[in-house]
Amino acid sequence: VLLREVEYARPATVEEAVSLLAGYDGARALAGGQTLLNVMKARAAAPDVLVDLADLDDLRTIGFTADGLLEVGAMVTYTQLVGSSEVEVARPILAEVAETIADVQVRNRGTVGGNVCVADPTNHLPPLLVALDARFTIRGQESERTVSADEFFLGVYLTAVGEGELLTKVAVPPSSGAGDGFSGLTVGKHGTYVANAAATVSDAGVRVVLGCVDAVPVRATALEERLAAGDLSEDAVRAAAEGLGETLDPPSDAHGSGEFRRHLAEVSAVRAVLQAASRRKG
Amino acid sequence: VAAPATSRVIAVELNGEQVELEVPARRLLVHFLRDDLGLTGTHIGCDTGNCGACTVHLNGEPVKSCMLLAVQADGARVTTVEGLAPDGELTPLQTSFNEHHALQCGYCTPGMLMSASALLERNPRPSEEDVRLALQGNICRCTGYVNIVEAVLATGGSR
Repeated sequence: VLLREVEYARPATVEEAVSLLAGYDGARALAGGQTLLNVMKARAAAPDVLVDLADLDDLRTIGFTADGLLEVGAMVTYTQLVGSSEVEVARPILAEVAETIADVQVRNRGTVGGNVCVADPTNHLPPLLVALDARFTIRGQESERTVSADEFFLGVYLTAVGEGELLTKVAVPPSSGAGDGFSGLTVGKHGTYVANAAATVSDAGVRVVLGCVDAVPVRATALEERLAAGDLSEDAVRAAAEGLGETLDPPSDAHGSGEFRRHLAEVSAVRAVLQAASRRKG
Repeated sequence: VAAPATSRVIAVELNGEQVELEVPARRLLVHFLRDDLGLTGTHIGCDTGNCGACTVHLNGEPVKSCMLLAVQADGARVTTVEGLAPDGELTPLQTSFNEHHALQCGYCTPGMLMSASALLERNPRPSEEDVRLALQGNICRCTGYVNIVEAVLATGGSR
C-alpha cells in the first residue's frame, strides 16, 4: 500500500512534541501506530504531519504518583503493562485485559495512550478506565490539566485531548481491596469486542461500565444503585441487571444487531460484577 | 526542534549490519525491506495487520512490518527471516519446520518463524498453549497449524 504523502517529525521532548502538534495544521501524534497506520492506509485519516512520540522516554514509564496512584505513561505498550510488577501489585486487571488485546505483535507496539485517544467504542481500555475512575493528564503548550474518565471520552474517535494537545499519562487508584472484573464477547479469541463490561466493587460501591453500546463508555448507574444495597450473590446481580439492555440503544453492524448487543451488555455486566465481587478482599 | 519532513535518513542495524538510507516518511517498513533492500523473505499477506506474514523483530520483539513506517525504525535493530540463518545453515527451528512438514504453500512461514523464534528466545521450553498464543497473530491460510505448533514444540524440547 502506498500511503498519502505525509511529513514526519520525531521530537525529543514532550515540549517539542506539543509545539509541533500545535504549530502545524493537520499534525497528529503517532504512538504505536497499530490503529493510525491502518486508517491511513484506508484513507480514513489523512494527517499532514505525523509527530512520532517514540523518543519520549518520559511517557514510557509505569510508576506511582505522590498520592499513591498507579501512573502509566501514554507510550507504555500493552506488553509493558502485562509484564509490569507495579501493575501486578496495584491494579492487575489492567494487565489481564491488555493481555487479551489482539496478538503479540500488536501488543508489542500498541500503547495505552493510543488505545484511549483513538476512542474506538470497541476498544478494551476505555470502559475499563472509566470503571477504575482513571485520571488523564493532558499537556498543552501553556499548561497541563487533568480530566476524569467521565470527561475524557467525548464521542466516537473523540476525546478531551484537543488540537495541539498531548495525552501524557493515565493514572488509576490502586485496588486497596477492591475487586475488578471484565467480561464480554469478542469476534474470535482476543478479537474485536461486540459488547463488553467492566466492573469494580469496593467500599465506595459498585461501578459498572459498558463498552460497544454507545459512542462512549456508558455507566450503568441504575444497576450500580440497585447493587449498592450490598447483595452481590449471583441471583441478586442477575435480578438487578434485568432490564438493563432495554435502557440501551446500541448500534447494529456486521458483528451483531442492536438487539443482540442489548442482550450481551446485560450478560457482560452480570459476569463482570460477579467476577469483581469474587475478587474483592476484606 | 527538527522540522517535519517528507523523508528522513534512517540508520538501522539490519540483520547485524548497519544500513543508512533516505526513505520517504510514508514508506512502510515492509516496503523498505522488500523494495529498497531486496529482502523479499518478509512477505506481504494482507497489508492490514491481520495476517502476520510480514513479522520481523524490532529490537528483538516481533512486530508487523506493514504496521510500522520505515522512519519509525530509525535507530532500531531489525531482524528479518534472512537474519535467522545469515550463514545459510538452518537454525534448529527452521530444521524443525522442515522435519515436521510445518509448511505447505510456505507463504506464512517467514512470519511464523519470526514469531516462533521470538517466543523461544524468551521462553525456551514453551507449552502448547504458549506456542498457540505466540502464533495468534500469524495466519496460515493452508490451515497447517498443527504441524507448525509441533515444530515449535519440538524445537523447545517439549515434544
